[in-house]
Amino acid sequence: MKPAPFTYHAPADLDQTLALLAEHGPEAKVLAGGQSLVPVLNMRLANPAHLIDINHVPGLDTVVANDDAVHVGALVRHAHLLSHSAARTAQPLLRQALQWVAHPVIRNRGTTLGSIVHADPSGEMPAVLALTDGRVRLRSAGGEREVPAAEFFVGPMESAIADDELAVEAIFGRFPAGTRTGFTETARRHGDYALAGVALAVSVQDGPGGGTVGQAQASFVSVTDVPDVLDLTPVVGGAAVADLAGLADAVAEAVATHVDPVGDIHASADYRRHLAVVQTQRLLSTLVGATAEEEIA
Amino acid sequence: MSSTPDAQQPEPKSVRGTIVTTVPRASFDPAGGAAQPEELLDVYLRVNGAEQHIRVPGRRLLSDALRHDLGLTGTHVGCEHGVCGACTVLLDGQPARACLMFAATAQGHQITTVEGLSTPDGELGPVQQAFVECHGLQCGFCTPGFLTTITAYLDENPDPTPEEAREAIGGNLCRCTGYQNIVKAVCRAAELRRGEQAPPDGTQTPAAPTERQEQR
Repeated sequence: MKPAPFTYHAPADLDQTLALLAEHGPEAKVLAGGQSLVPVLNMRLANPAHLIDINHVPGLDTVVANDDAVHVGALVRHAHLLSHSAARTAQPLLRQALQWVAHPVIRNRGTTLGSIVHADPSGEMPAVLALTDGRVRLRSAGGEREVPAAEFFVGPMESAIADDELAVEAIFGRFPAGTRTGFTETARRHGDYALAGVALAVSVQDGPGGGTVGQAQASFVSVTDVPDVLDLTPVVGGAAVADLAGLADAVAEAVATHVDPVGDIHASADYRRHLAVVQTQRLLSTLVGATAEEEIA
Repeated sequence: MSSTPDAQQPEPKSVRGTIVTTVPRASFDPAGGAAQPEELLDVYLRVNGAEQHIRVPGRRLLSDALRHDLGLTGTHVGCEHGVCGACTVLLDGQPARACLMFAATAQGHQITTVEGLSTPDGELGPVQQAFVECHGLQCGFCTPGFLTTITAYLDENPDPTPEEAREAIGGNLCRCTGYQNIVKAVCRAAELRRGEQAPPDGTQTPAAPTERQEQR
């Protein structure tokens, strides 16, 4: 189908963008990569009166990795971030998750921040922002604010961004040295929306018999309304790696209680819950078993 | 798909400059398309090396601009929400879904459609030739998207394994073939790009009709 008519704006800089948002905010949508927005427009699930295309705004396409975070601008495409060596070194979870984001052709256009603002519970990058204790930097004509992930995701497809605000940067936190991270999901076809997925970060203290588990956190894809973080530390923290198999049932119970899947034609709620449990158990045992590499794809 | 309500609107006399008129929201009738002329934009596209000027509404999808406004019907439109891949074109050499972009957004980029994949003297490009040799198409509807996607992929990975070829075409849907011959065609195209000769049996099948039509 075709989008309903709208007034198309192509602001040349950030000030123009913010002025347009101040004027048309409630009736406007911002277009960056368009890989989620344009299908919604094509199917006329949304028909904004104004479309503000920020693709010609300079200064929004940079990735900066510093000591405590990875800063990703609003026009950074998934493919760019995926191949960014400083970003993947600073936060390996970015690369681990990005390779599950749709297909390469979609990643060429789709933006990481756009995916976060879209706040789709089936999106990979909201889960990563949540797990890394990240935040989103928002600008409006009136000023600027940063919203932590825990407050940014309000509900399915709903974020805390105001009508007159532009999300200019996603800021992904970094984990302490020695943290091992991983991401996995199950889809009917690789690249499609996941039936269920999990991002996991776990620290392991070296010691006899493979060491002991320290902190462990997980966030989920497609099985929670918003990507809130499940702290598994009370379940597995302090356990010897060698004894982890004995905690499988406790991990399963924690995950099954945390997730709240919805069934559809692709999979029942029970099956999605089962997937989330099994994915978490497997990823956890893979990560704590991994000794040399902190990066598990 | 064949009707283009926008194009059938008589051009208003007041057409001057970029913005002609603004459609009041109340006048929009979902059943019958825009009740009043929409504002039109001057959009300049560089397609297959040629500069093109079109005058279209902001909502004109790149796929429709290529097909309806520029007559480049090699770019096919399947699902129109980014799933099937039939509309894939190259944007600065990188594959992108033409149905998920507005023509106005594509300004300033080099667009390559399937029509731009043949050699300057009209011979089939290596990926097209490989599809002919390996019987990589049946009805041909999905083929333009495969050809553009694979062309860009082989720039990145000139010698893919069959497994990698499978991964490379994972974002395109074909409802005829089951993909076996398309995977073969990816590997064969890589050989052709390296200048390797035709298969030992030497049979050079003439181009299939669909391919011929796309040569334009």
